[in-house]
Parts: sequence; C-alpha cells; structure tokens
Amino acid sequence: MTLRDIVALLEAEVLYPEADLEREVPCAFASDMISDILMCTKEPTLLLTGLTNNQVIRLSDMIDLSGIVFVRGKKPLQDVIEMAAERGLPIISTKFTLYRCSGILYNSGLRSCKI
Amino acid sequence: MAEYWYYADGFEERVQEQLHNNPEAEVDLDFAIPEKDFNTAGKGSSELKNLLKRLGVDSDVLRRIAVASYEAEINVAAHSKGGVMKSAVHDDLIHVRFEDDGPGIADIEQAMIPGYSTADDLVRELGFGAGLGLPNIKKNSDAMHIVSDIGSSTLLEFFIFFG
Repeated sequence: MTLRDIVALLEAEVLYPEADLEREVPCAFASDMISDILMCTKEPTLLLTGLTNNQVIRLSDMIDLSGIVFVRGKKPLQDVIEMAAERGLPIISTKFTLYRCSGILYNSGLRSCKI
Repeated sequence: MAEYWYYADGFEERVQEQLHNNPEAEVDLDFAIPEKDFNTAGKGSSELKNLLKRLGVDSDVLRRIAVASYEAEINVAAHSKGGVMKSAVHDDLIHVRFEDDGPGIADIEQAMIPGYSTADDLVRELGFGAGLGLPNIKKNSDAMHIVSDIGSSTLLEFFIFFG
C-alpha cells in the first residue's frame, strides 16, 4: 500500500505539496503517547496520532517513520509542518478518528508493526 | 545516594572494564538540556544520531542509541531543573551521561516500573508521561546506571556497544 492509497482511504489532506506519496508503507502503529511510539524500532512505520507538537516530528529523527497521519481533524502549526518538509517526512490529516482510521487501514490489508 | 545498575546478559565485565580503564573518547559531544524547553529537547539526540551515522554505526544499533538518548533527554527536560548530556564515542561503544540539577528521584525501583509516571499536566499534554522512559532506556541499552536521591541531582548513564 502506498501513501497515496492511504490518502484516498482516509479522505485525507496532504499537508505540504512536495510530500512523497508514492512511498510504500509496510505497516502502521497508532498512539498518542511518545514513549509507546518509540517502541516501533524494527521497521519503517506509518504513525497515526492525535499529537501535533514538534516532538512528533523529532521522533522521526530517532526511528524510521514512513509518514504521519494526524487524526480527528488535527493539523500541526506551520513551523511543525516545515520541520516535516525539511526531513522529507510525508504528513497528512484526516477528519476520521484514530479507531476508524485503524479499522479502515487494517481491513485494507495494512498490518500492525512489530514491536 | 540510591544507586541502580542494569546489565544486559554478558555486558557487566565489558562495562566495568571500560569504566576502570577510562580511555579517552574518540569524539565528545555535549548538549545543554534546559528545563521544560520542548522546542529544543531532543535536538541533542538527533545530532548524536547524525554524528554516529556519519561514523558508520550500524542502523539497528543507531536506533537503539537514538531512542535511549531521546528518552533520557526528555526525562531531564520534563522532570529536572535542567542539565547536560555528555556523549563519549569510543571505538567499540558509546557512553552517554545525563547529569541534572535535581530534584532527584524518590524511588528508582518504582520509576523503573513500566507505566509509573510523575509527569505533570504540561508534559502529558505533549504526549509524554507514559511511564516508559526509563524502561525504554533499559530495553535499548547494554548497561544503564542511575545515581540519585530525593533533593539531590540525578546521574543517568548508559552504554551501548557497536558490535
């Protein structure tokens, strides 16, 4: 599954125009707690979260994130979007809840990440 | 002062030898960690990871170092009056020390329990306070050492070998 597929499934908005949507996404993880997210160290991971502060982008310096889906209609501030763009980290925003996003992606074949 | 040591299997001797011989580091890298500054927090760990990547450290080892370092850096920013992060890169390992200005850990054994957290509301709003900081550092390290007491400073150091 590519990020472009995920944008369509979640009716999401791409948060900066240069985001690479052709990237293959092998698995996903959903959490609003940073230390939980840091357990995903084994493979490139799509992160679904309601956190929008700069530390979420900083996480991608430590672990390998394929992209971030901001749920429940949340959008980070412009400086946080710029941090993602500088790193080439695709970020998208959807109105769907974390539960609904997880269900849609799981049913479409996107598996859970190994932790 | 209360003291806590953790060694992954087979690492106690290597770590004690390292501390005993106290060799000069190949590269030293220091960062200040200001209290509750979550714009800066994590930058030290990012830069440390970039440096080690340039030095050719294996990517799995690199992620373990980055996660342990980031958790410790956030701990200092979230829980202390500020401190420093001092990384010493050797041929075969990295040794990172975090020293803060207090107020110390009341009960280290309790702080090691996954899910236990003393984080305040500001810190929790940012997504921290899962109570997994110290357990995550332990999980990713070959050895971890904490020296602290309530009303005192805290030293946390970890060792990760490159191979």
